Amino acid sequence: MQEAERPFQFLTASYLIRILDLKATTLAELAKGLEGSSDASIFYHTFQSLSRHHFLTEGFSNDFAQWVLAACNRAELAEQLAGLDIREYTALAELRADLRRIVNDYCERHPAFATQQAFEAFSFCEALGVTTPLGIEARTLGEFRAGVERLSHASLHYHFIASRLRLHLQTNDFSNWLENSLGLPGLASRINRIDIYTNTLDGASALIANLIKEELGQ
Amino acid sequence: MTTTQTRPRLVQLDDYSPIIGAPEVAELRALAASLQGPSIQMVNSTAVGGGVAEILTRLVPILQELELPIRWDVITGGNDFFEITKALHNALHGGSYQLPPESFGTFLATNEQNLARLQLDGEFTVIHDPQPVALIQGRNQHLGHWIWRCHIDLSRPNPAVWQFLEPWVRKYDAAIYSSPDFAQKLPIPQYLFSPCIDPLSEKSRELDPEVVQGVLDHYGIDAGRHILTQVSRFDRLKDPVGVIRAYRIVKRYFDCQLVLAGGKADDDPEGEAVLSEVNEAAKGDPDIHILNLPPWSPVEINALQTASTLIIQKSLREGFGLTVAEALWKKKPVVASAVGGIPMQVIHKHTGLLAHSVEGTAYQIRFLLSNPALAAKLGQQGHQHVREHFLITTNAKRYLTLFLHLRSGG
Repeated sequence: MQEAERPFQFLTASYLIRILDLKATTLAELAKGLEGSSDASIFYHTFQSLSRHHFLTEGFSNDFAQWVLAACNRAELAEQLAGLDIREYTALAELRADLRRIVNDYCERHPAFATQQAFEAFSFCEALGVTTPLGIEARTLGEFRAGVERLSHASLHYHFIASRLRLHLQTNDFSNWLENSLGLPGLASRINRIDIYTNTLDGASALIANLIKEELGQ
Repeated sequence: MTTTQTRPRLVQLDDYSPIIGAPEVAELRALAASLQGPSIQMVNSTAVGGGVAEILTRLVPILQELELPIRWDVITGGNDFFEITKALHNALHGGSYQLPPESFGTFLATNEQNLARLQLDGEFTVIHDPQPVALIQGRNQHLGHWIWRCHIDLSRPNPAVWQFLEPWVRKYDAAIYSSPDFAQKLPIPQYLFSPCIDPLSEKSRELDPEVVQGVLDHYGIDAGRHILTQVSRFDRLKDPVGVIRAYRIVKRYFDCQLVLAGGKADDDPEGEAVLSEVNEAAKGDPDIHILNLPPWSPVEINALQTASTLIIQKSLREGFGLTVAEALWKKKPVVASAVGGIPMQVIHKHTGLLAHSVEGTAYQIRFLLSNPALAAKLGQQGHQHVREHFLITTNAKRYLTLFLHLRSGG
């Protein structure tokens, strides 16, 4: 079995949720908040939100879309916001720009809705991450599979979903290591194609483990 | 006299593995290992009764098992002090404050007495709720990080009362709330922590059917008919009379019983009066069961929730409403008010149904009684939601993360 020179170090990220002094009670205020909130806030309401609600695989995408639907009753805008796939973004600035563009365009087309009061306010928060090693590392594909099977939800989210913001690549930590350290681009690609919107984190973890198992010929 | 609570280790951390998964338990150990044993101190105002005491009863042993030296202290005071803190509590929930201005002096004097008695020397000192908030005046003598954990709904505090408390709160290094709506204009960082339940506690573990039936028999409740239940202490902010009004509407359409199960906490002098009002409102209806339970009745509460067709939490104001998480954990459909931390637990149409009035509560109950398949789905998703966010292990993880963050200079 091939052995990597650089072992894969499994980490976990634990998040503290900080409440910001920023609220939106209308779509216009949401647009303003999207402009002024921190990157950690955009991360919390999109990348982190998907992790927090991963068990709801029907009708949940990010906090902004959920608020626009549930508190503002604007289904069209909610669908547009929900349609953004965070996996296409390698920088939060790009994601923020698209969120702002969608909300601003809608407000321009529907000025009456832009200032209509929501049932309840949207509270901007931000996620402050603390990264901790889990004491698990892998040099071979077998060790890697064993490591994946021992991962918490937070660790899986860190390596598989949030990682593209660190790597600034359209990939994840797992695929990046499998391709560049073990020379397995096919497996890396198959893992990167797993749909995180229609799978729970447990489901995604099981799919990754199965793909590795197939690669190992087991 | 100051009392330091010591709790037996009845449950081991590994016992949570079948519930949350071994990786989640291993993650807790990894986070705790990174902290390398700081001393932690929790301080609140009651050892028994109410959500805070329940959380600390389980959180403290878990952090102990993670090899973190932790102490839990309970402040003491006379009846006058607890009448003041009850009035402060109601005023922070948005009510008026009727006590004379001298009451603030009594409040501070009791805090000073406790400060003299308590040894507050932890690296991390967590003060729970307003009752002991002024202990922060002792921080000059005790280095370390001081955190104020506010469990109550501060979304519309009485301005005069908040003006009194705010100078104390701003001396802390951080404040923690159960909902973003409770955050205030403060110069310190404010964080969001959800309260939690312990799935292995007597109140939340799965009971044998015989035990459940035994409790129903004891209280004369018929298992063969719909049981609607609200579990909460007898407090006007829980609107028990409003629940009876909603039940009377539902009763026109469904043969059902109502159970109002609660008790009175040590620090709540109003409980007796509210219980009398509830008994008066229920008079003449044998299908309304008013159960004034002793402060620690976990098996009875568990059995009543388990046997219920549907759980109600019709609070007018709410810090968080742990009884909602308890019901969701038991996969029960929940109809609850959209106040305080409840909407964080009941994601409308995903994990339960929200209501805003007596009539709305009655309608949502009727809707779920008419649609049992949907009720079951909401209950199932509610269980998942609690597993992810509102278990004691998640709460322990949040504290570990906070301590790591503060130590790193955050």
